[in-house]
Amino acid sequence: MLEALQLPFIQRALAAGLLVGALTSYLGVLVVQRRLSFLGDGLAHAAFAGVALGLLLNQEPLWVALPFAVTVALAITWVRQQSHLGDDTAIGIFFAVSVALGVLFMSLRQGFAPDAVAYLFGSILTVTPTDLGVMVGLALLVLLLLPLWRAWAYATFDRELALADRLPVALHDYLLSALVALVVVVSVKVVGIVLMAAFIVIPAATARLLSPTFAAMTLWSVGLGVFSVLPGLAAAYGFDVPAGSAIVLTQALLFALALLRRR
Amino acid sequence: MTAVAATLQQFSVRFGEFQALEEVSLEVPQGAFVAIVGPNGAGKSTLLKALLGISPGALRDAPTRVSGTVRVWGRPPEQVPADWVGYVPQVKSFDHSFPALALEVVVSGLRRGWPFRLTPQERAKAQAMLEQVGAGHLAYRRLGRLSGGELQRVYLARSLIRQPRLLLLDEPATGVDVLGEADLYRYLEAYQRRSGATVLMITHDWEAAQHHASAVLLLNRRVIAYGPPAEVMCHTCLAQAFGHVGHAHGLAMEGR
Ligand SMILES: Nc1ncnc2c1ncn2[C@@H]1O[C@H](COP(=O)(O)OP(=O)(O)OP(=O)(O)O)[C@@H](O)[C@H]1O
Ligand SMILES: [Mg+2]
Repeated sequence: MLEALQLPFIQRALAAGLLVGALTSYLGVLVVQRRLSFLGDGLAHAAFAGVALGLLLNQEPLWVALPFAVTVALAITWVRQQSHLGDDTAIGIFFAVSVALGVLFMSLRQGFAPDAVAYLFGSILTVTPTDLGVMVGLALLVLLLLPLWRAWAYATFDRELALADRLPVALHDYLLSALVALVVVVSVKVVGIVLMAAFIVIPAATARLLSPTFAAMTLWSVGLGVFSVLPGLAAAYGFDVPAGSAIVLTQALLFALALLRRR
Repeated sequence: MTAVAATLQQFSVRFGEFQALEEVSLEVPQGAFVAIVGPNGAGKSTLLKALLGISPGALRDAPTRVSGTVRVWGRPPEQVPADWVGYVPQVKSFDHSFPALALEVVVSGLRRGWPFRLTPQERAKAQAMLEQVGAGHLAYRRLGRLSGGELQRVYLARSLIRQPRLLLLDEPATGVDVLGEADLYRYLEAYQRRSGATVLMITHDWEAAQHHASAVLLLNRRVIAYGPPAEVMCHTCLAQAFGHVGHAHGLAMEGR
């Protein structure tokens, strides 16, 4: 096990796993508490469409998927702010459009697209140095924006009070959703489209069970998000099982324990 | 001295096809205690939000049209420093799942942001504020576990901790027990005496409005009457006798 840590691709997998675990579970707290759990799913599928478009255009998928998913995230937020439609409905529409576009792009491309399929379930052991570089960049951005937690938490607690205190709540909505889109695109490569929502929802939900305050919930969530990556990766390396599955099952186990502890 | 705290001129708000406020004009003198009364859907909360500088459209709903002017100390409300104004929102379907302690809610009124950690000074200040409104024992309770009346006290402490010059209270006595209501008025009057603040309070409690307010605003989309309580109450008899029936018809005809 320890000598495995000497291998560059294992090192990259570990670093990527920890970064993804931390980023998704941090933003997950805000997403879950705003009842936008479905957003992770929706944006993961937008990422899929973006990747398919990238492959169609013969570009590096990441550079197409990032702006594509951010656009979708901003559009979802715009529709939510403009209409009576519930958040889940707004997300659901863009979810469907993304899948439709993704399938269309794939069919337009000549031949089979194995890379696009790999995105469905993710592959943590094939993280490239470029992927990792983008993740580190994104982590730095999130760190830089950490002071915004106060505004985001306030607007999550009560939108009206935040507005009364002159917070640019709508602007923060756009910013937050764009950031979630960036994190989702970068994570999808590792986690897979199918399991993306779990990374955003489960650690935050577990943290909610354990925390009396929103600050505690945030810390717990990030802690759990990072921690569950370790047994997952070990299982992936040791028993040759998919890392994404192993991580999500670890998260679910911790959730179950938290739930039982409350009884 | 008759400084003016707030002025509305021909202020109208339309939500889609529905006229929520129509040509409301009034002046609130500094230091007044105005009770705002009127039937459900009369536009009382809409009026308060206008004074807060929350544009009705910001809470994402029907397309909104606003006309007329609102001035708070001579400025557009959104240019009034936020900590001059204390606000207790109407009890709504409160999000019980947000993890927070009562103390944190009170501190959020001080910081105008959500606290990650409370400083000892903030703790002491918030605790003292809660005690003043008879809720000291609630400080470390979780928000989701407070009763309706307890919650109102916490929100009141939250609005008062910034020592506002203008207090906007949207049915603050909802769910508060009789003793608590007496406390509430006693406390508000004491605060006013101390600070010279102006208070606008929406209430459905006519008795209380008459006893404690310096002026009553009877609102039903328009200003029906505005003046000293005794005066407005006479109009009120009329408004109650005719207004309710007429109002119900009016609403039905709007076909909202
Ligand atoms: N954002 C909005 N979008 C659409 N309609 C709205 C909006 N806010 C208020 N309304 C409508 O405007 C009318 C006035 O609402 P408001 O909340 O001001 O009434 P109120 O006098 O406070 O009533 P209550 O006593 O029930 O609190 C209501 O019919 C309400 O449905
Ligand atoms: Mg109201």
